[in-house]
Amino acid sequence: MNTILDLHEVSKIYKSGDRTLTVLDHIDFSVEAGSTVAIVGPSGSGKTTLLGLCAGLDRSTSGTVELHGTRLNGLNEDQLAAVRNQYVGFIFQNFQLLPTLTALENVMVPMELRGEKNIKPRALDLLDKVGLAERGHHYPTQLSGGEQQRVSLARAFSNRPQILFADEPTGNLDAETSEKVVRLLFELNQEAGTTLVVVTHDLELAAKTQRIIRIKGGKIV
Amino acid sequence: MAWRDSRKNRSRLVLFISSIILGIAALVAIYSLGDNLRENIDSQAATLIGADLAIYSGKKIEGKALDLVDSLGKVRSEERSFASMVYFLKNGGNRLAQVKALSGDFPYYGKLETIPVTAEQTFRSRKEALVDQTLMLQYRAQVGDSIKIGEVTFAIAGILEKAPGATGIMSSVAPTVYIPMRFLDQTGLMQKGSRVGYRYYFKYPAKTDIEALVKTLEPKFEKYDLDYNTVQEQKEDTGQSFRDLTRFLALVGFVALLLGCIGVASAVHIYVREKLNSIAILRCLGVKATDAFLIYLIQIAGIGLIGSILGTALGAAIQQFLPLVIKDLLPFELTTTLSLPALGQGLAIGVLISILFALPPLVSIRKVSPLNVLRSSSDASHPERDPLSWGLYALIVLFIFGFSFLQMQTWVQALVFTVSILASFLVLFGIASLLMWLVRKFFPTSWSYLWRQGLANLYRPNNQTTILIVSVGLGTSLVCTLFFVQTILLTRVKMSSSGNQPNIVLFDIQSNQKDGVLAIAKAQQVPVNQSVPIVNMRLEEMNGKTAADFEGDTTAEQSRRIFGREYRVTFRDSVTSSEKITKGKWLGKYDKTSPLIPISIEQGFAERSRIEIGDTMVFNVQGTLMSTKIASFREVNWGEVRTNFLVVFPTGVLEDAPQFHAMLTHVPNPETSARFQQALVRQYPNISIIDLALILRVLDDIFNKIGFVIRFMAGFSILTGLIVLIASVMISKYQRIQESVLLRTLGASRKQIFVITSLEYFFLGSLAAFTGILIAVIGSWSLAKFNFESEFNPELGPIVLIFLFVSLLTVIIGLLNSRGILSRPPLEVLRQDV
Repeated sequence: MNTILDLHEVSKIYKSGDRTLTVLDHIDFSVEAGSTVAIVGPSGSGKTTLLGLCAGLDRSTSGTVELHGTRLNGLNEDQLAAVRNQYVGFIFQNFQLLPTLTALENVMVPMELRGEKNIKPRALDLLDKVGLAERGHHYPTQLSGGEQQRVSLARAFSNRPQILFADEPTGNLDAETSEKVVRLLFELNQEAGTTLVVVTHDLELAAKTQRIIRIKGGKIV
Repeated sequence: MAWRDSRKNRSRLVLFISSIILGIAALVAIYSLGDNLRENIDSQAATLIGADLAIYSGKKIEGKALDLVDSLGKVRSEERSFASMVYFLKNGGNRLAQVKALSGDFPYYGKLETIPVTAEQTFRSRKEALVDQTLMLQYRAQVGDSIKIGEVTFAIAGILEKAPGATGIMSSVAPTVYIPMRFLDQTGLMQKGSRVGYRYYFKYPAKTDIEALVKTLEPKFEKYDLDYNTVQEQKEDTGQSFRDLTRFLALVGFVALLLGCIGVASAVHIYVREKLNSIAILRCLGVKATDAFLIYLIQIAGIGLIGSILGTALGAAIQQFLPLVIKDLLPFELTTTLSLPALGQGLAIGVLISILFALPPLVSIRKVSPLNVLRSSSDASHPERDPLSWGLYALIVLFIFGFSFLQMQTWVQALVFTVSILASFLVLFGIASLLMWLVRKFFPTSWSYLWRQGLANLYRPNNQTTILIVSVGLGTSLVCTLFFVQTILLTRVKMSSSGNQPNIVLFDIQSNQKDGVLAIAKAQQVPVNQSVPIVNMRLEEMNGKTAADFEGDTTAEQSRRIFGREYRVTFRDSVTSSEKITKGKWLGKYDKTSPLIPISIEQGFAERSRIEIGDTMVFNVQGTLMSTKIASFREVNWGEVRTNFLVVFPTGVLEDAPQFHAMLTHVPNPETSARFQQALVRQYPNISIIDLALILRVLDDIFNKIGFVIRFMAGFSILTGLIVLIASVMISKYQRIQESVLLRTLGASRKQIFVITSLEYFFLGSLAAFTGILIAVIGSWSLAKFNFESEFNPELGPIVLIFLFVSLLTVIIGLLNSRGILSRPPLEVLRQDV
């Protein structure tokens, strides 16, 4: 199997005046393409920072991050954005849908940013898969939390990502809805053969992945 | 608590209260100006008239009337004024000017301000003239050059900069030339039929009770048809007209303030929405609903006070510049001093209005349930509308009405103003909403994503699109309407001077000069389009009643005014192409079968004077009485360049009466015009020439002067609109950052975010500009159709320019205030708190 994500000696240090805060300390791990990985750890352990570095949303202080064979360290913001658009899908705890767009339009955004044509059938198909084919013309405020997260799932898969990063995808949902969303997440992931990296507190969700990376105090334990 | 709670958002609160700063500044500046004007008029009233008493008449004061004038006092001056061509010998230029022949030491208060200063005295004893600076500039004349008025050549003693009671505007319309009285007869301009104003100025010893004196003389003045003016009257008249001016300006300033207030209300609305969670937490912790409400009311009142103080200070600063803005409208020097009442009023209105407009969104705080804390979804936290808010809206309307009543002092006008203001805002709001609805309804789904996202951003939650369209649109429409009206009026005159329409009118041609004038026209190859005889007459009786009978008769249908004027009447047997008979029957020939001569009256004049068909009028033509009966009303198109008349006689009556002629000609170019005018003035100096090109220039000049004042005031509305825009951009920045960061996370490049943000502001600016221009076009079209009775064909070029300017300005301001958005790292999307 190929390695899709490779972190080597990655550290993230924040400086504030004379004080330094080491959030991530010499992290080393790699993720095989098509596998599912959970990053778990207590609050403040550096999980979200790590996810941000893996996805090219932030830069490490030292060490290297390689995503789909591209070394992220030397890239500028626009090049990083292009990598994300090309290879990465995201799911957020608070859904992060654009409030001014309908569900269907939200699903279409990543494809539109790439300049793809005839994208509506694919967006409708994805909405259908998450069970929201009838709600495509609704705005986010007209949808429940669970429905918003399902739209977010459809959006995450819309650009056929090689790797999907999910940050506490069930954090804002009740148990029943969470279960539905997690089931969908894994189904879609399996169908598309996408690599999945989930940051979560939810050990039940973590248990569904093939591998769990535990992090504490900025280090893998 | 109020102080602590505002900590995080204090700068934002100050920002939206800043939208009222300009409105308050405008009001304070104008109130102070009003107070200054009053003080200045009081202290300078005597210099406005230049004497203690002025007696004047439109006809020669002789006989017993002269005896009366002679008995009024020894220290007096005499002035005769009339319109005449002034011919500049050095370069051949000539222009119609107001010539004033003066004897005596007038003015007794103030002085004729001249360059050199001594000219004001020296010209009186020499064959010299004082020439208005507009004329001097226009003909590049210098002191010492010569001008010819009638048959007499005068040396220019000095440049006349200011005369008592004269304004900058007046000197553009009718520039004045002063000459010594003793040369008047030699000019040959005092012929029968000449229109001359006769004035006597008197000076009395200090402590003379002029008002009492005038009161005892009033019946005699009435008897001899003499008008008079005293310092006190002048003070009241001038005070009144400037009170009207400052009231008008205050209302324009008030519109800017209202605009800012709507910005405040909208911003407070969003502020409260963002604070709902804090309010719910406070409620959970046991704070009473009214206490929670008070916390925010105190915040708004405090910030309102800061806004008002800043506005008042700015107003005091602006006040120093206002005299420069209106100097051309003022007949006196204006000195500025700080007016404490004006500052106090500004502060009070600022605090009151910010609280009043913030209250409707604030009262909803009382309805915030502590349960909101438990709900995480943001849309669950909409507070329901409080019925009290309707009462507050009524209070706001009442406030607007009360404020306008204080300005206008009449219920009807205040009501009209309030209704107009509400209607204007509703129309703007309606058009803005309609445009938004249309955009949403017919959303261009085929556009590229960036364009669609930019457009869709106008509907983001808590958007202020409508308020921005209203405020920026109102400013745009004010400026556009001004521009359009100016264009309509100028085009009207330009149209008249285009093609083969007459563009030069010759007046006061004596019968024996007619052939000579025609010969000159022929020699210069200037075609004479129309030659019309004019007979001057006065009205003696109306339906058997004289002016004296009308005196004190309050039941009289007609106004006594119809007697005071001199009628310039023509006679002909047919109506012209610019006339239409609207009532009665046109009788072109008088066959002497009836004792009454059938005449025709201009319809508007008939309506104003309440004259009916069949009424009888007796005219005095140089001593001969002519009894007439009104046979028809004519509608006259005054827009066409013709000699139009209020009263037209049939042929067969006035042919032998003393008369003069008016001729209309068309000159093809300025060179021919100058040559023709020079030839005429040299040979017939008594003939007055009205050159349409000159009228165009004068109109342009007047518009520039008045337009500047209006533009200055409209500027407050536009600036307020821009501040509301900046404040709104700041307020919605948080949401923009979130959206942009999300798009960055999903892979959007900087360029794509930049394009989306620019397009959003472009749509906002262009919708506002479009709304404003649309309203201006509708308004100007109505003005053109119903007021000026003229065509309205707005030029596309300037409209496109205004549209682009407003749109681009909005984009620039939007982008400048969104700078931080583009540079935010995308990681923030993962954090709850940005």
